[in-house]
Amino acid sequence: MRFLSSHRRRRAAKPLMLAFALLLMGTLYAVVAPAPQVAADTGTSAQVAAGKGLFAVSCSSCHGLNGEGTSQGPSLVGVGAAAVDFQVTTGRMPMAAPGAQAPRKHNTMTREETDALAAWVATLGPGPAIPQKSQYAPGDQDAATIARGGELFRTNCSACHNFEGGGGALPEGKYAPTLKGVEPIHIYEAMRTGPQQMPVFSPGAIPDADVASIITYLESLHAQPGPGFNLGGLGPVSEGLFGWIVGIGGLCLFATWIASRGARAR
Amino acid sequence: MAKPTTITSSAPVLESKRPEGKDAGPQQFSGPAAWLDERVGLAKIAKGGLRKVFPDHWSFLLGEIALYSFIILLMSGVFLTIWFKPSMMELEYNGSYQLMKGLPMSEAFASTLALSFDVRGGLLVRQVHHWAAILFIAALTAHMLRVFFTGAFRKPRELNWLIGVGLMSLSLIAGFSGYSLPDDLLSGTGLRFVDGLIRSIPLIGTWAEFFVFAGEFPGDALIARLYMVHILLIPGILLALIGAHMTMVVYHKHTQFPGPGRTEKNVVGYPLFPVYMAKAGGFFFIVFGVLILMGALMQINPVWMYGPYNPAQVTAGSQPDWYMGWVEGAIRIIPNWEWHLFGTTWSWNIFLPGVGLMGLLFTGLGLYPFIEAWVTGDKAEHHLLDRPRNAPTRTALGVAGMTCYAMFWLAGGNDILSTQFHVSLNAVTYFMRVAVFVAPVIAFIVTKRICLSLQRADRERILHGSESGIIDRSPAGGYSEDHVPVSHDEAWTLTQHEQYEPLEASDGVDVNGIPQAERGISKLRARASRWFFSDDIPVPSRDEIEEAHAHDHHELDHEVEDAKALGH
Repeated sequence: MRFLSSHRRRRAAKPLMLAFALLLMGTLYAVVAPAPQVAADTGTSAQVAAGKGLFAVSCSSCHGLNGEGTSQGPSLVGVGAAAVDFQVTTGRMPMAAPGAQAPRKHNTMTREETDALAAWVATLGPGPAIPQKSQYAPGDQDAATIARGGELFRTNCSACHNFEGGGGALPEGKYAPTLKGVEPIHIYEAMRTGPQQMPVFSPGAIPDADVASIITYLESLHAQPGPGFNLGGLGPVSEGLFGWIVGIGGLCLFATWIASRGARAR
Repeated sequence: MAKPTTITSSAPVLESKRPEGKDAGPQQFSGPAAWLDERVGLAKIAKGGLRKVFPDHWSFLLGEIALYSFIILLMSGVFLTIWFKPSMMELEYNGSYQLMKGLPMSEAFASTLALSFDVRGGLLVRQVHHWAAILFIAALTAHMLRVFFTGAFRKPRELNWLIGVGLMSLSLIAGFSGYSLPDDLLSGTGLRFVDGLIRSIPLIGTWAEFFVFAGEFPGDALIARLYMVHILLIPGILLALIGAHMTMVVYHKHTQFPGPGRTEKNVVGYPLFPVYMAKAGGFFFIVFGVLILMGALMQINPVWMYGPYNPAQVTAGSQPDWYMGWVEGAIRIIPNWEWHLFGTTWSWNIFLPGVGLMGLLFTGLGLYPFIEAWVTGDKAEHHLLDRPRNAPTRTALGVAGMTCYAMFWLAGGNDILSTQFHVSLNAVTYFMRVAVFVAPVIAFIVTKRICLSLQRADRERILHGSESGIIDRSPAGGYSEDHVPVSHDEAWTLTQHEQYEPLEASDGVDVNGIPQAERGISKLRARASRWFFSDDIPVPSRDEIEEAHAHDHHELDHEVEDAKALGH
């Protein structure tokens, strides 16, 4: 300390102190400041570039070379990585043939290819990201929460997807697909991105917790045992059909048997 | 020489015979039977009743299916009333079905859930009850079609036909009120539909709605009111009408299909005791068994999946039970016709297909026997049934009616057709708009042609006999198959039906201007009669049959002569 106090009046002291302060500030900044994504940058660029290449091959004929959309397909600016993950993983995109609606089919893309496409489309504009498991399947939901999910499902979804998620018809050959056997992540992504005819249910309208309760309700509903054959879960139409065929048809066979039996059966 | 076809004078006829001589008195009984006989005249009832003869045919059992389903409905219904609470009071559900925990719902729905999950055998009985309702109306419809196509509604049974039409319309109300009771999402949507139907009635619609629902839909009184309708009012009237229906069957005696030994004056079949007692009793248990199996193996109306009714919700695939499906279909396909006059709305798009079409069907059904009697001028009693081919125009009308109904019916499931067969919903709807008018016409023409062809085939069979199955090769090298005349029994069956002549128009005045006893026949009626009858293939006359048989023998003789000539 004596060294500092005895030399503080030296001519070199001021510039030296300034240099020291700058060094301290610089070091502090380097420690506290948010890390720039310099390290990941090279990998993502490669992923984005790969996605762009895949996009040009598989998607651009309808969506345009830069995802700007054509008369055949909508613009992908701002749809987000979640939309790509949903459409590609469920096999809906790339479409096999133009039609009223892309049907669910076997997915031919690998996980890496899907991620690459998603990464590239995400660069076109901000949109919903691929969700974390905690968002759509947080676990530990009590019965009342799941029941509330059922009420939300019946209020928001059953008008198109039917009371047990069996699917339903929409105008002009379009339809709401069945929700049986659909992965929870895809239900989440569909709600957030609004694929095809489906409206977008944004986090402002239905928060993540409610989406999770809807998904858990559907899983519980589809897992529970039913009383016998459920006739396709289509409601009274199939009930009437089976009533006539099994009921009247079967009893007519019995009636024929009874009428042909007797003391003087001809 | 061929024997002319004759009608056998004696045939094995089992008629109800009463013991001759002195009246069978109480001395024939002993014990409880004697006790009852001395008090209520059991012997007299049993004597007539037990020997009552019923004819045998599978289609005569369709009405029995309906009757037995009704009995099963009453029995399972009593079970359900023990636990069902017809109240629209709102409560928070805390029962054993976890996926509804804590949801607000009506007491009616909560008790339906309790009935399904907490009452032992409750779900089975609920499903049996619902399947029995489906089967009841289906069997009733099938029975009505049988009566229609065989002409069993003709004199003297017109009143019983009317009772049947009444039974049918009431069972629709019974079914619909029951469908609405659980207060689940589907039944509430159905009630909303009815609410719209009531409102669409011009002028009185809104007043009627407020009366029925005790205020705005859904109100808080409807379930209790429907409950009264469903378990007391309608079943009571149904029971009374079924009693009247069956009493008239006993009074008129059952109709029978034509055949040797069967005339307008007898009934050929088995006595009630013991044969029909066993057959009908056994059939009851078969119907019961089939319904229990259906209830146990096939899910129907899973109310816990639909959830409690909430007017803000609706589900895809909301349909009524099958018997209201055709009305649903009519409403689904009708163009959006609406008038707005002086601040009022006239919803023809609901009123015409809903109220109008139902009125049309039941009025048409009720009037048909009288219309047909007017067209045919037939005033005779009929106890022998028509083979449907022998009344081609009636059969064709019936099939056309069924086709029209079926098209409306299919339209009621247009969304299910669309999703299951991957066609456009709009395409189904547009197709049905045309099909409800065009398909019945096609069905009419095709059915009539088929009936006439069958009549021709019958005529051919009478005149030329049936194929013997023996192929002869003539010495000249030609092949031929001999025909053998049909049996007398078959010939009788094929020729017994009456050949009607179309009515001729007349003004009821003879050539001298003297009014005749019979009233005149208008040109319209004569034209309708011509349309009804004129295409019928004539029944071969005795002369024609003899002539045809003589011809056959003649041909045979010729062949023999030819053979002899060649041989020499």
